[in-house]
Amino acid sequence: MHPAPSIIFFTVFSGLGFGMLAFLGLGKPDVSGFTAFVFFAIAYALAVGGLISSTFHLGNPQRALKAFSQWRTSWLSREGCLAVATLIVMGLYAIGIIFFNTRIGMLGLLGAALCVLTVLGTSMIYTQIKTVPRWHHWTTPLVFLSYALTGGAFLTGQVQITAAGLVTIGILQILAWVIGDKRFAASGSTIETATGLGTIGKTRMFEAPHSSKNYLMKEMVHVIGRKHARNLRIIGLVLLSLLPWALLMFFPFSHMLAVVAILAHVAGALTTRWLFFAEAEHTVGLYYGQRG
Amino acid sequence: MNQPVIDLSPKVSDEVRKTTCYMCACRCGINVHMKEGKVAYIEGNKDHPVNQGVLCAKGSAGIMQHNAPSRLKAPMKRVGPRGSGEFEEITWEEAYDIAVGILEPVRRDNPEKLAFFTGRDQSQSFTSLWAQGFGTPNYAAHGGFCSVNMAAAGIYTMGGAFWEFGQPDWDRTKMVMIFGVAEDHDSNPIKMGLGKVKARGAKVYGVNPIRSGYNAVADEWVGITPGTDGLFILSLVHELFKAGKLDLDYLAQWTNAPVLVNGDEKSEEFGLLIRDKAGKLMVIDRTTGKPAAFDQKGVKPDLAGSLRVKGVSHRSAFQHMAEKYLDPQYAPEAVAAKTGITAERIKRIAAELADVAFNQAIEVKQTWTDFRGETHDTFIGRPVSFHAMRGISAHANGFQTCRALHMLQIILGTVETPGGMRFKPPYPKPPEAHPKPHCKVTPGQALDGPHLGFTHGPDDLALKEDGSPARIDKAFTWENPMSSHGMMHMVISNAHAGVPYKIDTLFMYMANMSWNSSMNTRGVIDMLTDKDENGDYVIPNIIYSDAYSSEMVSYADLILPDTTYLERHDCISLLDRPICEADAVADAIRWPVVEPDRDVKGFQSALCDLGARLGLPGFVNEDGSQKYKDYADYITNHIRRPGVGPLAGFRGNGDEHGRGEANPAQLDRYIDNGGFWMEHVPEDAAFFKPWNMNYQDWAVKKSFFDKPMPYLFNLYVEPMRRFQLAAEGHGTRQPPDHLRARIKATMDPLPIWYSNEDENKADEYPVTALTQRPMAMYHSWGSQNAWLRQIHGHNPLYVPTKIWEENNFQEGDWARVTSPHGEITVPVAHQAALNENTIWTWNAIGKRKGAWALEEDAPETTKGFLLNHLIHELLPPKGDGLRWANSDPITGQAAWFDLKVRVEKAPPQDQSKPNIPAQKSPVGTGPQNLTWKTDK
Amino acid sequence: MTNLPTHTDKKLGLVIDLDTCVGCHACVVSCKGWNTENYGAPLSDQNAYGKDPSGTFLNRVHSYEVQPETGAAQTIHFPKSCLHCEDAPCVTVCPTGASYKRVEDGIVLVNESDCIGCGLCAWACPYGARELDQAEGVMKKCTLCVDRIYNENLPEEDRQPACVRTCPAGARHFGDLGDENSDVSILVKERGGFDLMPEQGTKPVNKYLPPRPKDEQIDILAPLLEPIAAEPTGFLGWLDKTLEKL
Ligand SMILES: Nc1nc2c(c(=O)[nH]1)N[C@H]1C(S)=C(S)[C@@H](COP(=O)(O)OP(=O)(O)OC[C@H]3O[C@@H](n4cnc5c(=O)[nH]c(N)nc54)[C@H](O)[C@@H]3O)O[C@H]1N2
Ligand SMILES: Nc1nc2c(c(=O)[nH]1)N[C@H]1C(S)=C(S)[C@@H](COP(=O)(O)OP(=O)(O)OC[C@H]3O[C@@H](n4cnc5c(=O)[nH]c(N)nc54)[C@H](O)[C@@H]3O)O[C@H]1N2
Ligand code: SF4
Ligand code: SF4
Ligand code: SF4
Ligand code: SF4
Ligand code: SF4
Ligand SMILES: [Mo]
Repeated sequence: MHPAPSIIFFTVFSGLGFGMLAFLGLGKPDVSGFTAFVFFAIAYALAVGGLISSTFHLGNPQRALKAFSQWRTSWLSREGCLAVATLIVMGLYAIGIIFFNTRIGMLGLLGAALCVLTVLGTSMIYTQIKTVPRWHHWTTPLVFLSYALTGGAFLTGQVQITAAGLVTIGILQILAWVIGDKRFAASGSTIETATGLGTIGKTRMFEAPHSSKNYLMKEMVHVIGRKHARNLRIIGLVLLSLLPWALLMFFPFSHMLAVVAILAHVAGALTTRWLFFAEAEHTVGLYYGQRG
Repeated sequence: MNQPVIDLSPKVSDEVRKTTCYMCACRCGINVHMKEGKVAYIEGNKDHPVNQGVLCAKGSAGIMQHNAPSRLKAPMKRVGPRGSGEFEEITWEEAYDIAVGILEPVRRDNPEKLAFFTGRDQSQSFTSLWAQGFGTPNYAAHGGFCSVNMAAAGIYTMGGAFWEFGQPDWDRTKMVMIFGVAEDHDSNPIKMGLGKVKARGAKVYGVNPIRSGYNAVADEWVGITPGTDGLFILSLVHELFKAGKLDLDYLAQWTNAPVLVNGDEKSEEFGLLIRDKAGKLMVIDRTTGKPAAFDQKGVKPDLAGSLRVKGVSHRSAFQHMAEKYLDPQYAPEAVAAKTGITAERIKRIAAELADVAFNQAIEVKQTWTDFRGETHDTFIGRPVSFHAMRGISAHANGFQTCRALHMLQIILGTVETPGGMRFKPPYPKPPEAHPKPHCKVTPGQALDGPHLGFTHGPDDLALKEDGSPARIDKAFTWENPMSSHGMMHMVISNAHAGVPYKIDTLFMYMANMSWNSSMNTRGVIDMLTDKDENGDYVIPNIIYSDAYSSEMVSYADLILPDTTYLERHDCISLLDRPICEADAVADAIRWPVVEPDRDVKGFQSALCDLGARLGLPGFVNEDGSQKYKDYADYITNHIRRPGVGPLAGFRGNGDEHGRGEANPAQLDRYIDNGGFWMEHVPEDAAFFKPWNMNYQDWAVKKSFFDKPMPYLFNLYVEPMRRFQLAAEGHGTRQPPDHLRARIKATMDPLPIWYSNEDENKADEYPVTALTQRPMAMYHSWGSQNAWLRQIHGHNPLYVPTKIWEENNFQEGDWARVTSPHGEITVPVAHQAALNENTIWTWNAIGKRKGAWALEEDAPETTKGFLLNHLIHELLPPKGDGLRWANSDPITGQAAWFDLKVRVEKAPPQDQSKPNIPAQKSPVGTGPQNLTWKTDK
Repeated sequence: MTNLPTHTDKKLGLVIDLDTCVGCHACVVSCKGWNTENYGAPLSDQNAYGKDPSGTFLNRVHSYEVQPETGAAQTIHFPKSCLHCEDAPCVTVCPTGASYKRVEDGIVLVNESDCIGCGLCAWACPYGARELDQAEGVMKKCTLCVDRIYNENLPEEDRQPACVRTCPAGARHFGDLGDENSDVSILVKERGGFDLMPEQGTKPVNKYLPPRPKDEQIDILAPLLEPIAAEPTGFLGWLDKTLEKL
């Protein structure tokens, strides 16, 4: 597909924000007063900023509130409701810490759980899309969660967890790619099933329906070249996992170093998330002679 | 569940106005839905004989043509150099003054210095009247570069061909064979017909190098080598003769097969048909064994007849046919390699034709009487039918190939029978019922008769006293003696060369002659802009009428802006090219369903004004005042023959149809009736029309002709033999020597096939390059249509697998295509279902930058291209010092599809080549975005 | 609203005959015309007269080439619009309830005043049947001409989708596929109508009729012609004899 920056920002930053909130909810680090304010402010900026960013790609953002109505069936709706619930719960929790120097542990725990659910909700928006077999797989929620939690750990200074998370993230991401690359073929959808012409023979697109491009082609048909994708995967993985891990493991800790490591990690996350969308092979591509 | 409540019965429109579509020449009936006085939606008219409610993509997109930003807004005078697109808007009065200033002296001194050519116009009976009144011999429409081969071969052979002349009996046919058709004029009827045939499970054959469109749905695809259809058809004929699978009864009764051919080699009439003293064709009567006039009551013409007089045998035409077509040169084995069709397949197809025609014959019970006075109680049907168009027509052997196809239909006995090919009134008409060409010029006076027609021998040629061509396009000369539609494609090059003479003014209407309708587009542009030693344009004046900012507009000096089709009066007349169906006679109108919002005028109305200002006969009253206020006035009040006017319906007091006085309320009656008039052919007149007196009498009543004129089908076309005789040295009008051999060889009175490969240097350029009409685009006009241009905004060159692999082409690649005449560089795409030595592209998608109110970087101009740059109006030099025309030697039809090329991979490009520099747009460019809704 | 109805009274849909479709795009454009003027926002066009024009269409005609094991490749024109699936994933993903399947007839619609233009439904559709209108920012899809098929302002015979009414080849059929005795159901049965991408589990209501076998080989056909003569003289002898009998 054509990855929309607003959606990459949304998934990456809201993930980081909720990841951070999750750790804050668990009392890690156990901060209060102004320090707490700074931590919560960063976490809220990321989470809310990400959510707001997600409305940039809407055709009619002024109606965005309607998106909360279909939580019974729609993961997008659920994610929205969960995000709001999380932000409220965590808000109350934060007020307690910042202004009353009181940490309501249960509330924090609830908030942390909601954070995880929210990220899960985000991931399910994509996981449920059967038409993109690469997404429609258990690796997707795991990848999203590992990103959010590792990033959260990183930003809340949980070095041990971060280090473990960076390794996990790397492994999960590689797994997602290796499995993902076979998903489309495994889905059983081919140009022959798409057109029903397989009973006659091997099918190929002769002429696109219009000589001009359309929304579908721009949005979900075009896939980036294999070589380009491979290079980006390597760069993404190095930045996302390898480099920050190495910095944390092999260099004496310093704030400067941490900032560099975090920046590398976020850059890596943005790159791999870009790839997540760019490599999404939608079944509609079959009608346009793409895929296989 | 609570669903939203939606309005299931919204108001569709305030009013429906019914008129005739003109996004192409099929002329379907349309319902124009109006909201708040604006066009809201266009759909097909269910009552209309042509389309019965359906509408094609172009028709449905009419709203986008009607509101196109490319519409011309007012008359214009050129202010920059030709081709620059720089114009100044003027008033109609100024425009008329300029036109009269140019034309008046021409008419006074030498009317032939005006060349008036109209494109794919539907008002030829009107425009030709104007040209006749002006007195110039130089008038024609576009038929010469379009499909005169098909039309003329049909008329000469059997009194009509396809489209407006006739159609397969879609309701009854059991096998349809379509040769060389991508879309055709009969656009919706063919699709409806194919739909019906398919629904019944009848078989469709597509004979075409390319498998798309109709050929894609065909049950069998014959991917023939271009230009060899004649050979394939004659091979089928050979097989049918060999097996005796011929409708002998039909041939004996209804064709000139039994007519005796003069066999006296020494005679001036050698090869002509034998007539009795009264001029009647002679046959041998089987019952008496004696010669008799063909049409006598009780005569049983003998196909095997011959007459021996003074030691010379005069044999029937049929014996000549047998001799010719049984020749092994037409055996399937002998033609397989050339046609690319295996011998087995040819044999099987012949067998299938015979099986359907003879073993699956059908019958319609009906009493009718033939011209010999014999009464029949059934119409026997041979349910094999054919349709063909430019794929066989647009070759230099096209006339004979079309003849061959008509002959094939006739020997199977299918023409005008149930399940076969049926004529549409006012056809069939024998060739003799059509006028002959006229060319006698008298300064200040009208021409001596209609310009176009059918020649029957050298005497009918349009030659001056000194034997030189009388017409600027050299139609009806020894170079192309049967050029019935004129040769519009030669006008500009001849005028530029001053051969046969120089002209003063080129006046054109509705033809994009500097672009897609010309061969050698670049060359034509140079001719239009070329100046002489005094710095004056070689073609001094160009007046042009278009409705849109086409490429041609920029090359004219004076522009007369036309209305769009929804804004004007028109008539689709029986005098011209009517909309009839096999079962019905019909004609139709267009009327202004919306008034123009610009300073434009229907071209025909402008001609009424100009005709009056020039004082042309037919356009002024006796007192010199203007005769027709506008075209509507002409349509209503013009009388062609007593009781006959442009429209046949609602004449007299409104109840007379066919013949009657002019009816001042006629147009209103048409509007009330849905924009058309239709009357069904009586059941006893439905078939065998050329010979069926029930039909003949009805036809006279309906004004198609003034007395019954039954006739025989001309398997043997005698007029062709007359030209051959001249070439053999007989007669007073003699061809120039360099043409004798060609006339003798090509003008065989029985269909033949010859190759055009050598002339086109097929040895060096082995690949044939073709174009096809896209169903969703009409020539160049579709590109201004915001909806249609998304479907066909650029055109790849389709390449068959063999050439694709040889060149190692990949998607997105470009190719250089070279012909003996030129070179283009264009994007390629792969097609497997394509004859392996053929490449093709969609026609007329490529545009000049700055035309059609498109932005200069529109894909039509950057990736789109024309094949026309590779085609020349002349053949490559063959070293005899002469340049031969790239056209059919009989009719002069432009041989678009004889184009031979070489293909090779080119480096990646961002612009197709040639890239003709941009012009200024006289109308600006269109808006960026569209949200077209009447209440928006 | 994003729940799918457990049952619909009818299953209205289209049956498209791939044996007959000539690829003329008439249905594409008449759909554009009707739906620009009617239900919801107009179907807009961007760069209408410039480089890269693009616009919203609810129905598009693709073309494919199929290579059978033997014989020539075949060209197939393939119109595609919303299939009004029974298990429509586009409906259940919708966060606002704008997308819904009608209980009366199974038509899948977008309520444009609720649509936020998130595009998720288009992603959920395997077939590419939904397009986000770039001017209005709302999701557009085939409405099965819901504003025609019941429209009392139209003559009864015109109460059918615009694309069906206009199709010159008669390749498009409209009716209730839930009623096994309807014309369309019978057609589907007789001609072996099939679903697109059944493996996606969407249970499309629209059906496609397969192209009939093409380019049949020689042996199954009528016996070849028996020659009576290879020579004109032999032919004329035969002719004389035959004419006697006429
Ligand atoms: N390579 C190649 N070239 C071909 C052919 C081919 O097969 N291959 N086919 C040939 C054939 S058969 C034909 S008929 C020609 C067609 O060629 P043209 O007749 O030149 O075709 P159009 O592009 O339709 O151009 C007609 C002109 O009429 C104008 N026009 C449209 N509507 C109106 C109107 O209402 N009033 C007026 N006054 N003008 C109007 C258009 O704007 C346009 O400028 O092309 C020929 N050229
Ligand atoms: N939509 C649309 N309709 C149109 C037009 C248009 O521009 N657009 N133009 C109108 C005009 S002016 C005309 S003249 C008609 C023309 O209507 P068609 O006759 O259908 O014209 P073309 O598109 O030129 O198609 C010619 C066909 O012949 C095939 N062909 C070429 N050479 C050979 C050959 O040697 N043998 C065989 N068997 N086939 C061959 C080509 O592959 C192509 O399919 O269409 C009219 N209708
Ligand atoms: S075929 Fe199409 S464009 Fe031509 S007249 Fe009919 S509806 Fe109009
Ligand atoms: S075709 Fe696509 S848009 Fe239509 S109902 Fe099925 S899933 Fe939804
Ligand atoms: S684009 Fe509109 S209809 Fe589609 S899922 Fe989003 S809100 Fe629902
Ligand atoms: S049913 Fe109506 S909306 Fe759907 S494709 Fe046909 S015309 Fe378009
Ligand atoms: S209108 Fe009919 S024939 Fe034309 S593309 Fe659509 S379905 Fe096919
Ligand atoms: Mo033409």
